[in-house]
Amino acid sequence: MLRLEKRPNPSRAWAIGTPVLAVILTMIAGGALFAALGKDPVEAIRLIFWDPLFNERVASFSRPQLLVKAGPLILIAIGLSLGFRAGIWNIGAEGQYIIGAICGAAFGLAFYPSESIFLFPAMVIVGTLGGLLWAMIPGVLKTVFRTNEILVSLLLVYVAEAILALAATGFLRNPEGMGFPGSRNLARHPGTDNPELIANTGMHWGVIAAFVAVIAAYVLLNRHLFGYQVKLAGQAPRAARFHGVSPNALILTCMGISGALAGMAGLFEVTGPAGQITIDFNVGYGFTAIIVAFLGRLHPVGILFAGLLMALTYIGGELAQLMLGLPASAIQVFQGMLLFFLLALDVLSNYRIRIGGRAAA
Amino acid sequence: MTAFLDIAGLTKAYPGVVANDDVSFAIQPGEVHALLGENGAGKSTMVKMIYGLVRPDAGHMTLRGQPYAPSEPSAARAAGVAMVFQHFSLFEALDVAENVTLGMEKPPRMRDLARRIAEVSETYGLPLDPGRKVGDLSAGERQRVEIIRCLLQDPKLLIMDEPTSVLTPQEVEILFHTLRKLSAEGTAILYISHKLEEIRALCDAATILRRGKVVGSCTPREVSAAEMAEMMVGKSLSAPRRAATEAGPPLLHVQNLNLTPATPFGTPLRNIGFTVHAGEVLGIGGVAGNGQDELLAALSGETLSARGSVSLDDEDISQMGPDARRERGLCSAPEERIGHAAAPDMSLTENAVLTAKLRRGLAHGGFIDWRAAEDFAREVIASFDVRTPGPQVAARALSGGNLQKYVIGREMLQDPRVLVVNQPTWGVDASAAASIRQAILDLAGSGSAVLVISQDLDELLEISDRFAALNEGRLSAPKDARGLTMEQIGLMLGGAHDMHEAEVVHASA
Repeated sequence: MLRLEKRPNPSRAWAIGTPVLAVILTMIAGGALFAALGKDPVEAIRLIFWDPLFNERVASFSRPQLLVKAGPLILIAIGLSLGFRAGIWNIGAEGQYIIGAICGAAFGLAFYPSESIFLFPAMVIVGTLGGLLWAMIPGVLKTVFRTNEILVSLLLVYVAEAILALAATGFLRNPEGMGFPGSRNLARHPGTDNPELIANTGMHWGVIAAFVAVIAAYVLLNRHLFGYQVKLAGQAPRAARFHGVSPNALILTCMGISGALAGMAGLFEVTGPAGQITIDFNVGYGFTAIIVAFLGRLHPVGILFAGLLMALTYIGGELAQLMLGLPASAIQVFQGMLLFFLLALDVLSNYRIRIGGRAAA
Repeated sequence: MTAFLDIAGLTKAYPGVVANDDVSFAIQPGEVHALLGENGAGKSTMVKMIYGLVRPDAGHMTLRGQPYAPSEPSAARAAGVAMVFQHFSLFEALDVAENVTLGMEKPPRMRDLARRIAEVSETYGLPLDPGRKVGDLSAGERQRVEIIRCLLQDPKLLIMDEPTSVLTPQEVEILFHTLRKLSAEGTAILYISHKLEEIRALCDAATILRRGKVVGSCTPREVSAAEMAEMMVGKSLSAPRRAATEAGPPLLHVQNLNLTPATPFGTPLRNIGFTVHAGEVLGIGGVAGNGQDELLAALSGETLSARGSVSLDDEDISQMGPDARRERGLCSAPEERIGHAAAPDMSLTENAVLTAKLRRGLAHGGFIDWRAAEDFAREVIASFDVRTPGPQVAARALSGGNLQKYVIGREMLQDPRVLVVNQPTWGVDASAAASIRQAILDLAGSGSAVLVISQDLDELLEISDRFAALNEGRLSAPKDARGLTMEQIGLMLGGAHDMHEAEVVHASA
C-alpha cells in the first residue's frame, strides 16, 4: 500500500526534480500515444524535442522561432505567476494581450506615417496600459462586488476577441488594403516596427522585455516586501492581513501587473512576428502562459525554462505534424500530458511516498 | 479485582521522537484515572492507541481479561470505549440531534433519538435541548453534545481529552458532577489534563507521563499539586515574580467599540470599553468564542472600527492598519499560531519579517534585509528558548509550544509600548508557560501596557493587575485582580449559560 506522508520541510531537490521527471514521463506516455497512432514513437519524440534545435535541415528556420514563441509566453507567465502565488486567478491574459495589441497598434496608426523614434516606445506604453486597464475590470469587480475573477477575466477574453474582429474589419482596417480585413503592416513600417535585433536568433524587444521581467520578478520575490506579501497572501491569507496586507490592494496590483505584461506582450507580437492586427493574430499565448507559469512552478527561472520548453513542443509538434502526419489533436494531448504529469508530481515536493501500511499516524 | 483495562509496555515512535516508551498502567472499573503530563509528554498518543486511532509499535492491552487491539475507532466503540476530543467535530448548521446521529452506525428514528438525548441529559445533569442549532451553543454546551453522543453508546470506559479547557468554573462543576455519577455507576473514566487542582478534586488515581515515559503514579487526593507538578515537569517551578510598579499614564484606550461579525457564527463586539495603563497587565478572561478573536483583530488593526473607538496615547488609531499601529508601538500576538500569527510554510526568518519589519528595521526602501531578519530570528530563538535546528526551518516543523514561544518572543523583542496577546501559553509546557508569564510581567515592569486575553483563569489571576470578563462580545467592568475569588470570576463570565444544574433538572422533571 502506498501512503503519503507530509514532509516537515518542502523538499528542494524534488521541487527541481519533478519537472524533469514530468518531462520524462510525458515522453514515455506520449510515445505510447504516438505508437498507438501507428507512428514510430522514438522518431516522433526526436522530432519534437531534438530536431528543432539540432537537425541541420530544419534548425535554421526553427531555432529563431524558439525565442519568438517563448518570449511572449515567458512575459505573460511572469505576470500571471505573481497573482497565482497570491491566490488571484487571472485566467484572461489572452484578452489583455489582445487589448494591449489593439491599443498600441491604434496609437501607432493614429500617427501614421510618422517615423519618429519615440513612436515605438510610446506604443509599448500604450499597449501596456491597455492590458492593465482590461485586467482592472475583473480586479475592480472583485474588490467592489466580490465577483469571481476567474469567470470575469475568462469571459472578457471573448469580449476582447469580438473587439479584435471589429478592429480588424472596421476601425483599424488598412485603408489601402483593398477591403481585406487586417490593419496596415506595422512590422514593415519604420517607427512602428519591432525588428529582429540580431539576425537569425529571433531576438526582438519582446524577448528582451521577457528576460528583464524574469530578473525583476526574481528580485521582487526574493528581496522585496511586495514579493514577500504576495507569497504570504497565497500561503496564509490571515497571516497576510495580520502583517498588514490589504487584500483589495493586492488584488488590484496583481491583476494590474499581469494585465500590463500581457498587454505589452501583445504589442510586441503585433508589431513584430504577427506584423499586423488581423482577426486571428493571437494564437493562444495568453492561455498557454498559464501552463508555462505552473510548469515553471511559479518561479521566475522555472518559467524561463518552461517557456522555452513549451515553445519547443510547439515548434517540434508542428514539425511532427508535418513530417509524420500526426494529427494536431495528438500534439495537444501531448502538451496536456506534460501539464498533467507536472501537477500530479507536484505532491512529491511536500509529501513523501511511504510503501507499506504500517501504523497510520 | 481485575483491572478493566490493563496496558502493558505500549511503545509508539514517530520519525525523530518516541511518543510513548514502554508505558504500562491499569484502569479499574468505575475509576476516574488521570493521565497527567506536559504538552508533548505523550498523553494524546496514548489515548489514540486506546481508541484505535494509532497502532502501537510494541506492547499490548487487555480489556476485561481479553486481548484488546482495536484497529479503528469503531472497534474501540464496539468494545465499550468512547472518547470526547478536545476539539469538537460538530456541524454548526445542524441541530443537536442531527449532530448526534452523524456519529452513529445505526441511527434510530429522530423522534426516539431526541427522547433518548433528553433522558440522558436529565439522568446525568447535562442540560441540553436536542432541537437547538449547534452554532448557537456555547463551548460548554457543545461539549455536552459530544459527551451525550458518547453516553448513548453506553460506554464502559470514557476518555476525556482536556475537557475543561473551554469551560467556565460553573460548567466545570456540572461536568464533574456528571463524571462522578458515571463513575459511581461503574464506568471507568480516563481523564487527560494538566490542571492539577482539577485532578485532585476529581480523580482516584493518576499516571504521570514525561517525555513518553511513565515517571510516577499517585493518588491525587493524597499529594499536593506542587508534588504532582514536580513529577510532571521533573523540577520545581517558581511562581512568576512581579516587580512592584505603580500604574502609569493610560496608553491604550478603547471606548464604544462595536463590530458586527464578518461570518454568520462570529461574535459581535458590543460596546466594549477599557483602558490599559503603562506598567499594567489587564487580563481578559472568558470562554473561547465570546469575541476574543474579534477583539484582538480590532486592536491589531486587522479589523478597522468606528472613529474614536481605539486610541493609543490619545491618538485615534481605529482607522489605522496593523503596520501603522506597530509603528506607534502596539504589537499583538493572535491565538492561532499556524496561518495567523505565522505562515506555516515559511521559515522562521521569513516569519520574523511578518511583524517585526518596522520596529526592527528589517526592510529598507521596500527591500528586505534578510541578514537582519535572520539575526532577529536567532535572537528570538535564543532569548525564548525555542527548540529548533535554526531559523531556516519552516514554522510548521516546530511543535505548537515552540512556535508559540517564537511568536510571543517576536513581539516581545520589538519592545512594544502596548502588547496584546491572545492565549499566550496555550499548548505550551509548564516551564515554558512560566517563562512566558515572567516575560509578560517583566515587560509590564519596564513600563509597557499589556493586555492578556486568556481562557486560563489561574494564569490571569497570577499575572493580571486588573481583570475583566468577555462574554458574548460584552466586556465586564475591569476589577482589581487581587482578592478576586473563582466564584466572583465565574459570575463575571456570565451565569447566563444555564449554569444551574438543579434548576434544569427541576424544570425537566
